[in-house]
Amino acid sequence: MQTVVLSEVQTALCVVFLLVAPLALAGVALMCAGLGRSRNAAHAMLAALCVIAVATCMYFLCGAALQGYGDDGGRAISFSGKHWSWAGKGRLLMMGLPVDGSPAFLAAWLGVLSSALAGLIPLGSGADRWRLPAICASTALLSGLTYPLFAHWSWGVGWLAQLGTNYGLGRGYLDAGGAGPIHVVGGLTALALTWLLGARRGKYTSDGMPMAIPGHNAVFVIFGALLALVGWLGLNGAGALLFAGVDPSRIPLIAVNTVLCAAGAALSAAITTRVRYSKPDASLSANGWTGGLAASSACCAFIAPAAALIVGFVAGALVAVSVEMLDLKLDVDDPGGSVSVHALGGLWGILAVGLFGRLEAAGAGQLLAQTVGIATLLGFALPATWVLNWLLNRVVPYRVSAEGENQGMDLYELGAGAYPEFVTHTDEFMR
Amino acid sequence: MKAAGFLLLLTGWMLVLSALILLPGGGARAGFLAAGLGVEALGLVLVVRSHLMPRKERP
Repeated sequence: MQTVVLSEVQTALCVVFLLVAPLALAGVALMCAGLGRSRNAAHAMLAALCVIAVATCMYFLCGAALQGYGDDGGRAISFSGKHWSWAGKGRLLMMGLPVDGSPAFLAAWLGVLSSALAGLIPLGSGADRWRLPAICASTALLSGLTYPLFAHWSWGVGWLAQLGTNYGLGRGYLDAGGAGPIHVVGGLTALALTWLLGARRGKYTSDGMPMAIPGHNAVFVIFGALLALVGWLGLNGAGALLFAGVDPSRIPLIAVNTVLCAAGAALSAAITTRVRYSKPDASLSANGWTGGLAASSACCAFIAPAAALIVGFVAGALVAVSVEMLDLKLDVDDPGGSVSVHALGGLWGILAVGLFGRLEAAGAGQLLAQTVGIATLLGFALPATWVLNWLLNRVVPYRVSAEGENQGMDLYELGAGAYPEFVTHTDEFMR
Repeated sequence: MKAAGFLLLLTGWMLVLSALILLPGGGARAGFLAAGLGVEALGLVLVVRSHLMPRKERP
């Protein structure tokens, strides 16, 4: 994709989308707080604010330069006469970026929000035991390096986006709303963090059996999911205009597909949990909804509404089943369900573009291009993010002390709880 | 086992990239892409298994 030239209507639409997009951040932050314990609620919300602040600063400092925008070719290496652009050619501190409402600046605005959203995703996985300084340090890595690198590859002149031009694979890797750079990169970082942090204290009984630790506020979780929908409409719309070059006439289709994905996923998760546990589970259904949104990010601009409903149904069931499997079988203690929702939901959405995409002259090559994208996320992003966070953990210890975990992150790190007038539950403090 | 798993993940990705660069297209390229993904799946299984905790060590 070369530089997109936006008409006045497209620019106005893009600005509106970008104005509502922060609601996705608010929604994900609320979900993270609601799915954690009550003694960590203020810490979770403050951590969300810090993540957004650090991500914004890091993206401004170097992320925008690494991601780049436009048709300058970026930093490229050549194999057999084909250019593989691996990083942007922008300047640090967004210098040289035209501050005139041009697509380049709108893309930087979207980049700030997207990198912050990617940074919020691992918060749910590290809930109840991840220290605030470590959260900030890990977010700096994600927003300053991992996210912009993969965003460059996926959009614009990046080598994944150019698979169609260089190797005849359909229209190249397609991901209008950023399922790969935002959700899968964020979700895989969450997976690496659960491995590095280990399970929460009290997660297992004395004989080693895993216990369910329910979130403290289902209303936060569900309201967060509803807020996220509005933000997602903005992110998907802006991404499609800026990076997929879609015509404004397709914006209603993108909006309908986004809502259909979420609706199908929520219903599917509710049905799956109803079948498995005899009652629908509120937090898993909300997570299913968000998983459908993550899947929609990749495919909303390229599939028919009926296919969007199918994508949503599959995403919801995938989230509901995988949350349980990760918890019970694979020892992944992920309180927010971020790995299932964002990593698996996003990967499914990327694959769905190849399976259901209505693209002219794309053929089977499109499925191969999407597969290369998935292989890159699993084969490069996961090891890279694990190694980077493992190294960072040596410098800034990630996990809070046992005392801090028992006391709660609110009192231990902030000195005050989120609900000072509530009755304290003995099982939370008298461990 | 953990290091081997991550190495297999990287190796699978390299196989996918090699298939793009070296093979002209058609079935051979698709086959190598599938093989690369298979190697990645094996690496993922190893990494996941290396993080399973023995029951006695669970917090």
